[in-house]
Amino acid sequence: MNMARKDSEARRDAIRVDLQLIADMVEPGSRVLDVGCGDGELLDYLVHFKQVDGRGIELSTSGVNACVSAGLPVIQGDAETDLNDYPAAAFDYVLLSQTLQATMAPKQVLENMLRIGNRAIVSFPNFAHWRCRVGLALQGRMPVNESLPDQWYDTPNIHFCTIKDFILLCDEMNITIERSISLDSTGRARGIGSGMFFANLMGEQAVFLLHRS
Amino acid sequence: MTAPDEHSAAGFEAPEISHRTIQLGVEESLRLDCGVELRDFPMAFETYGTLNESKSNAILVCHALSGDQYVAGDHPMIGRPGWWEVVVGPGKILDTDKYFVICSNILGGCMGTVGPKETNPETGEPWGLSFPVITIADMVHAQAMLLDALDIPDLFCVIGGSMGGMQVLEWAALYPDRVFSAVPIACSALHSAQNIAFHETGRQAITADPDWRSGDYHRQGVVPHRGLAIARMVAHVTYMSEASLHSKFGRKLQDRDSVTYGFDADFQVESYLRHQGSTFVDRFDANSYLYITRAMDYFDLAERYDGVLAQAFQETNARFCVISFTTDWLYPTAESRHIVKALNAAAASVSFAEIETDNGHDAFLLDEPEFWRVLRGFLDGADEQRGLLG
Repeated sequence: MNMARKDSEARRDAIRVDLQLIADMVEPGSRVLDVGCGDGELLDYLVHFKQVDGRGIELSTSGVNACVSAGLPVIQGDAETDLNDYPAAAFDYVLLSQTLQATMAPKQVLENMLRIGNRAIVSFPNFAHWRCRVGLALQGRMPVNESLPDQWYDTPNIHFCTIKDFILLCDEMNITIERSISLDSTGRARGIGSGMFFANLMGEQAVFLLHRS
Repeated sequence: MTAPDEHSAAGFEAPEISHRTIQLGVEESLRLDCGVELRDFPMAFETYGTLNESKSNAILVCHALSGDQYVAGDHPMIGRPGWWEVVVGPGKILDTDKYFVICSNILGGCMGTVGPKETNPETGEPWGLSFPVITIADMVHAQAMLLDALDIPDLFCVIGGSMGGMQVLEWAALYPDRVFSAVPIACSALHSAQNIAFHETGRQAITADPDWRSGDYHRQGVVPHRGLAIARMVAHVTYMSEASLHSKFGRKLQDRDSVTYGFDADFQVESYLRHQGSTFVDRFDANSYLYITRAMDYFDLAERYDGVLAQAFQETNARFCVISFTTDWLYPTAESRHIVKALNAAAASVSFAEIETDNGHDAFLLDEPEFWRVLRGFLDGADEQRGLLG
């Protein structure tokens, strides 16, 4: 057993809360593509606890090599260009965790995810969280906090949106929201449902399960 | 240091050793891509480790242009360890305590498998240029015949770098049911114009050597060693990178304090290349070099599939691990990416890692910790899946 394997076993017990929420939405034994899979935390969990046939795409070489060294089928690639190469309906789920806001063309990425996957699961930071609002309204500054740690000039996030914005976009793109969950700053999850105003104010991040009807 | 022209033109002969061989195509001939039927021909091979009872631990290592079946242990001809000694052996990545590793000399080679150097049983003379032109697919079909002869139904893994990687891709395309995992390293799904150009330069060097004798040098008792050495020198440059040549040699002079204002090997890099050329001649056959480079030039996997590479992988359930190296300009990362795109389009299971290194194309043969980590991780993962699938 190699080091990477040992590490991954240790971390399997405690994956990030938002990743756990995504994992809970995935049916066991399904085919999953994790776009922007980082060092493979979520993918490793899904492969070992949900027995999925999992694949990953990751931009950073270090992330890719960590994944492959841990036995995960991951390729070096870019969500913006490389999703075009996959055939339609190749996966049951296509996952995009905390990356949509960093893409050049989020709409196109969503389109592609729902083309190659029967379902898509997307998580992103909510720009309408009360702390962002307070920061902008009272201090007149762009938000910098735990979930958005970078200054405006070096953040990878170029397409911020709010929970409300995202729901409107799904509506415009004829995407059905199957489930939606917001996570507050303490990591507590709640369904968004009809309480959109509250979710949009209190949710630091959100997770959506989507499909095309 | 031996310069290539220090060999006497006549009378040079590689030391004769007997390779472990098996006769293939005895009952059913091998139909080559060029249409020729090859029958009752020898194939030389080596094995390492033990085949388990369920025959599920076989790994086929495919060698590159100048490689041979001696992957590990001591090479009987050159007195040095086998070409992938760093990767294959007990406790190593291709762990021979666990896996049964097979490597055969390719069709057209010169280490015991049938090729232009071998005797044509019908004439009793060396094949020379009467040997049929072979392809990468032909090599793979012959390897499959070897597996049949060894009664091995399928491979846990087929792995190889450079031309070995091309064979790996052909294996996945031609024998999808016989490959559980596939590792094409530092290779391409088609040989580029640049690569063909370099090969042609090498072939011209060989055929321009007066001792080549229209390919009939074996019978005439000479060896076109100058041509072959030059071919090897050119090729060797393509295996390295600017960075590695610079760090190894820079502009350092060879055993002298100043340039000689002549055409001696003033620079270390010249001396090194001459040495590479001359030692290659001792173990390689010039006609084999022509045939094998030709096989590589003809390689374009997508061609059989109406130009759609993904079609080549439509039938495969193999897990792939594609690996490239940042400074490999012979088979640049873009060509590996092209393979990965096709595998994705075929919805195959694929890992792809680009390894940062200064070692150029040759990196797959060298001590590359990141490459080894990726390879080990992939094989462990595949092993786990193979175990799960019983």
